Amino acid sequence: MADEVKLHGVTGSPYVCRAVIALNLKEIKYEFVAEDLSNKSADLLKYNPVYKKVPVLVHNGNPISESLVIVEYIDEVWKGVPILPQDAYEKAQARFWAKFMDDKCFPAVFKAVSSHGEEQAVGEAHEAFQFLENELKVKGSKYFGGDNINLVDISATFVAFWVGAAEEALGIELLPKDKFPKLTEWSDNYVNCQAVKDSLPPRENIVAFFKKRFGKA
Amino acid sequence: MRSSEMADEVTLYADGRSPFVCRVKIALNMKGIKYKNMEEDLQNKSGALLNYNPVHKKVPVLVHNGNPILESLVIVEYLDNVWERVPILPQDPYEKAAARFWAKFIDDKCIPALYKVFSSKGEEEQVITEACEQLQILEDELELKGKKFFGGDNINLVDIAADFIAYWLQLLEEATEMKLVTRSKFPKITEWAEGFVNCQVVKEMLPPRAIMLAYYKNRFGKI
Repeated sequence: MADEVKLHGVTGSPYVCRAVIALNLKEIKYEFVAEDLSNKSADLLKYNPVYKKVPVLVHNGNPISESLVIVEYIDEVWKGVPILPQDAYEKAQARFWAKFMDDKCFPAVFKAVSSHGEEQAVGEAHEAFQFLENELKVKGSKYFGGDNINLVDISATFVAFWVGAAEEALGIELLPKDKFPKLTEWSDNYVNCQAVKDSLPPRENIVAFFKKRFGKA
Repeated sequence: MRSSEMADEVTLYADGRSPFVCRVKIALNMKGIKYKNMEEDLQNKSGALLNYNPVHKKVPVLVHNGNPILESLVIVEYLDNVWERVPILPQDPYEKAAARFWAKFIDDKCIPALYKVFSSKGEEEQVITEACEQLQILEDELELKGKKFFGGDNINLVDIAADFIAYWLQLLEEATEMKLVTRSKFPKITEWAEGFVNCQVVKEMLPPRAIMLAYYKNRFGKI
């Protein structure tokens, strides 16, 4: 029976990118339905009435919303390259860090970017980054997932790619290499993973987006 | 029964008043897991808690055979993975995703919107409207499902995640004399809440009304 997989999204979104990476890792054939967020499709509003946001994965007509919920769903339904660890404790650790990205890291980064690198906001972002730096140090591996990327790496895609683009667009420093050597190294490795490389939008588009949205007039 | 169950050491770092801690207690109770409860004084956190949860320094923390697990819903899923009896998440991947979606909605949208009403002393119309909008979404979901619980005939992850709404919210309303969830406005939620707090596995874990009322009166006062 042929699976029908659609992903409603926009190419510039780090959340959508998480879903794209998961789909590419598992080599799932899917249709990308590009949304105009200022003019959302009737389908999107039907599939995600609660948030009206992207990404939404539609699998054989069944919609799934929220990027990390989508990634876990993809991992459960399609075997192949595993995204979550098998071991229950390691799985719980992965979920904890993925949640940390969304609850602490992302908001701090957003604040630092939208404030044009205001000192306190950057300080808070650095606090969040420091936890990630320590985690990589403790793990001593190439990725949060070990030798291969996992849920945590995928959830941190915005750190690896969007942060650098924001730095360039706004002429600010968010993730200094000397302060966060492990995280910097991880970023370089991560964006060069095949599945990730295939999924990232063109960098200049993201830089342009940040300039337009947050740049000084 | 897990073959190593005899040797399992399960400790819960807790605050008996917390709805987040209660989620874990309900899950432990549902599965009949023996555990040691370490009650924390949140004004004076133990060295153990700070050691196990350096990132957030919060309860609940579950320690299983020396391994700490953090974040209430992550802990509940962990318990469900390790102890398979009395399942908390659905088996079907799509239904599982739906359950995770709703649990996340409760944490990301519902609970913050509700807290805002009481912490802003109910003075802002917009804040109340926003909270009622989130509650209406849950009301509609219960209406759509047409069952006793979000989990169907038995409670599941979503019901557990919504424990604050079933019990603590009502006590907060009583303490501050400000009613949000009326039976006429939210009949399904009211009915669901009554069913939920009367489940044996839930009832046994809820903190006494008097304690919560005193805590809320002290914290928020009359509104």
